[in-house]
Amino acid sequence: MSAVTIPEPEPQHPRDNYLNAGYGIRSWLLTRDHKRIALLYLGSITFFFFLGGLFALLIRLELLTPAGDLVQSETYNKLFTMHGVIMVFFFLIPSIPAVLGNFLIPMMIGAKDLAFPRLNLLSWYVYMAGAFFTLWAVVHGGVDTGWTFYTPYSTASSNTNVIAAAVGIFITGFSSILTGLNFIVTIHTMRAPGLTWFRLPLFVWGHYATSLIFVLGTPVIAVTLLMVFAERVFHLGIFDPALGGDPILFQHLFWFYSHPAVYIMILPAMGVVSEIVTTFSRKNIFGYRFVAFASIAIAVLGFLVWGHHMFVSGQSVYAGLVFSVLSFLVAIPSAVKVFNWTATMYKGSISWRTPMLYAFGFIGLFTIGGLTGLFLASLGVNVHVHDTYFIIAHFHYIMVGGAIMGYLGGIHYWWPKISGKLYPEGLARFSALVVFLGFNLTFFPQFILGYLGMPRRYHAYPPEFQVLNVLSTAGASVLGVGYLLPMIYLVWSMRYGRNAPANPWGSTGLEWKTSSPPPKDNFDVPPVVTEDPYTYSHEEVERLG
Amino acid sequence: MAETSTAKAHASAAHGLQHQFDSLGQQKDASTLGMWVFLVTEILFFGGLFLAYTIYRWQYARGFALASHHMDILLGTVNTAVLICSSLTMAMAVHSAALGRRKPLMGFLVATMLLGAAFLGIKAVEYTEHIRHHLFPGPGFHYPGPDARSAEIFFSLYFAMTGLHALHMIIGIGLLSVLFVLARRGRFIPEYYSPVEICGLYWHFVDIVWIFLFPLLYLIGRHLK
Repeated sequence: MSAVTIPEPEPQHPRDNYLNAGYGIRSWLLTRDHKRIALLYLGSITFFFFLGGLFALLIRLELLTPAGDLVQSETYNKLFTMHGVIMVFFFLIPSIPAVLGNFLIPMMIGAKDLAFPRLNLLSWYVYMAGAFFTLWAVVHGGVDTGWTFYTPYSTASSNTNVIAAAVGIFITGFSSILTGLNFIVTIHTMRAPGLTWFRLPLFVWGHYATSLIFVLGTPVIAVTLLMVFAERVFHLGIFDPALGGDPILFQHLFWFYSHPAVYIMILPAMGVVSEIVTTFSRKNIFGYRFVAFASIAIAVLGFLVWGHHMFVSGQSVYAGLVFSVLSFLVAIPSAVKVFNWTATMYKGSISWRTPMLYAFGFIGLFTIGGLTGLFLASLGVNVHVHDTYFIIAHFHYIMVGGAIMGYLGGIHYWWPKISGKLYPEGLARFSALVVFLGFNLTFFPQFILGYLGMPRRYHAYPPEFQVLNVLSTAGASVLGVGYLLPMIYLVWSMRYGRNAPANPWGSTGLEWKTSSPPPKDNFDVPPVVTEDPYTYSHEEVERLG
Repeated sequence: MAETSTAKAHASAAHGLQHQFDSLGQQKDASTLGMWVFLVTEILFFGGLFLAYTIYRWQYARGFALASHHMDILLGTVNTAVLICSSLTMAMAVHSAALGRRKPLMGFLVATMLLGAAFLGIKAVEYTEHIRHHLFPGPGFHYPGPDARSAEIFFSLYFAMTGLHALHMIIGIGLLSVLFVLARRGRFIPEYYSPVEICGLYWHFVDIVWIFLFPLLYLIGRHLK
């Protein structure tokens, strides 16, 4: 192993790499290189992240004062709908898989590319086509159904651009399906010689589990939106209560995908955290197989808990009980992961680099998000806090505190590999701290607001809630700064950053064995794997003597 | 042995082994697995409609049984036979490709496409009849008989499910016509014919969907009056 971390002299950028393999717009828009496609995704999801963030900002500004004074209630409905639709379908779901997964999985398994490079490019175009429809809906007055598109409001009442938004999400779903299919086939058939399943990095396990959800869940939301579409356009009556149709059937179908979709967001982030924690603790991961199987367990259990979104929707009490119990079960594999990361850090030589700060943030915030998830899985408490800011705070702790922390941690961790440049460490640490503080200031007050009974989706509220809402809005602006900073300094570093060595963190994964940025075909010599992943401990022993 | 490996090396060179794969075998494994995974997504895709059907069939058993009397059982049966025959010709096409027999491959592909087109034609006749009898859901729906509301749900599902199936048939015929062009150019050899094989998997899948749709929409409860 070569991973002794001696400060290496700044390397001159080696010869050919994937970034200088071709110039011009065609070399990007027609590329089949998974690394370039990952960067195409990076650009597009960053755009949607800031667009969704803009809607969030407007929501928080409206909630600064108790009266509905900034926007009308109809506009407010559109704001939270567009915020949810864009953040969920166009940022969070593709975020880590389509950017980091796309970039790293072939390298981590020692392959030249994904199994289907053309399909990979197609999935980006499909994503963009879906994005186009959704943007069309935004520009032409937005949608007001909430990101959940509940019937019969979405099919019979809403006069907004439900069709365009549904078509956009339907199309984008196929990009998820294609990505998931590509990952599954790649991981099955393209592993380097000697790379057995239990030598795969946990990042790859996390993405395998995610891909299972992509492949098994996404078609269901697709057909559900197709039914909504058919109902609006062709007047078919599948959910129509006037015919005896069942709007709750829509909720079942919707959550059959949309609950697992939460795990689409969190499982890849967990994979990222597993990589970061071992690297910056200089220790082998504690309980590799448990962490790996916990990903699969979360993916499988994720399909059995959708009914906990419907405790007050008229579902039977017995169904509610079963869904409640199953939802509690998700805590087990989640806790396995948190405990194993903690055990990995125990007595490790921890370095406080930026990715590790994000990983710490992830673990803490995910734990709070997960534990409040248990409140919501309990039938009685759920009824009390249903549709309040408690649930808003809960899922933002998972999706923002968990998934986005993992995403930013991963972006920083692999930035030297992706760009061939080092980011400014001091500034990056500072902004990680800003994100963490801003996040908690934004969303912790919402737990209290929700518990006190402030309902979600209203643009006005009683004056006694104002203090907590002002705190939350203040936090949101801090958080916004925390997100803008990395974008600025990462872009800056592409031009002015110091050149990165092949392996700046002394990591063990295959992706670090090739140059930064990697050559077009990833490896000059096809790698052969002879050992388990994360052999940090005995490296440390060797180093320390 | 040496001869086969030379032949294989020749095949790899001639038939553009894609650069990300090490061998034609790996490439074939990947594309076959890819198609199976895709078919899994298709099962889930149709699954949403099958779930809706199951729930409403259970909820409105009588209305659904009565509504299924408006299906033309003769045309449905003929169509089922047509589709099963098309599966046979598709299987023969794959077999011919595996043996490297170009002319029979092209013939069976054409036969499969014709049978598929015949299916769509018969389906179109059925649709026309339904629409003529005002059985398309929506404002123009007019149903002579009891349980009109559940009958409208039945016809909603009928058009959604068979329509989605027909769309898959059209895509399938499109795929087969591409295969036909490639076969004519002699692109398939016994070492490399996975496009034929995986399109065959897709075609059989679409047939199987019909094998479920036919009894659900035409047959169940037909004895009830």
